[in-house]
Amino acid sequence: MNAAGDHAIGSASEPPRLVRDDEMTPCMALEDFVDLKLGHYNKDGIEVVDVEGEIDVYTAPRLRELLIDLVNKNNYQLVVNMEKVEFLDSTGLGVLVGGLKRVRAHDGSLDLVCTQERILKIFRITGLTKVFGIHETVDGAIEAKKLEK
Amino acid sequence: MATVEVTFTPLPAHVRTARLVATAVARRSGVDEALLDEVRLAVGEACSRAVEAHRRHCPAEPVKIEMTDQGERFVVVVSDQAPTSNAAVGGAATGPNGHGVASLVQGTDDAIPAGFGLAVISGLADEVHVSSTSSGVSVRMSWPSATPVG
Repeated sequence: MNAAGDHAIGSASEPPRLVRDDEMTPCMALEDFVDLKLGHYNKDGIEVVDVEGEIDVYTAPRLRELLIDLVNKNNYQLVVNMEKVEFLDSTGLGVLVGGLKRVRAHDGSLDLVCTQERILKIFRITGLTKVFGIHETVDGAIEAKKLEK
Repeated sequence: MATVEVTFTPLPAHVRTARLVATAVARRSGVDEALLDEVRLAVGEACSRAVEAHRRHCPAEPVKIEMTDQGERFVVVVSDQAPTSNAAVGGAATGPNGHGVASLVQGTDDAIPAGFGLAVISGLADEVHVSSTSSGVSVRMSWPSATPVG
């Protein structure tokens, strides 16, 4: 486990990779996994947040902190790329909704990139497909935001 | 009838372990692969709710999960020992959209309504029963299972 609290599988010659629950062996379950990796970059004036791993009651506070930090730095046009998210629960939904509220307070928007049925299902169950713009690619999300402007 | 019982200290980090175990036991019980994601998410939601309740009311007490292969059904019961209000379990009755999506995105805080997790469970599990007493809440969920492997 590194200083940031991330877990990873790999060695000096092999980069860390994410491991799904159903790939895990018991000895891996508690120690050797990446629970959540976050990154962000700016493209065409839109901040893209890359999320990889599992967003749950344990990890969601880190995503919340990142979204708050971006808004505090005057980034009000956000795209959250969830293509590498393995798990999302209602705590994670709450964080995304919280991010949406914050950018809307500045006339901004928060769109999502997701094509995974397992993740889209929870948005459909909760009716949040009506709240978020959900796109198939980051470029598609950025283009859609440009058209909104 | 085979039962696996897990108790864990109410820490968010342990919720992942709980859903990992539940998914493994469900697979062992013959739950269809296509349903395992639903088991994982529903058990995670139930455990998250229980952990939050314990952290508020009784952080020293463990959360309990019972997973039982009843032949044609795989049953998971997540039990907490935290006193609760009707509002905290009301979501399961109203359904996920009962909270009103519009109200979710109003206001300025991140808080999702009490009972939202239970409402999500009701949209995932094949059968859900929530019982609330003065001594805690029990969430019983079940899915169809086939002949266990091995």
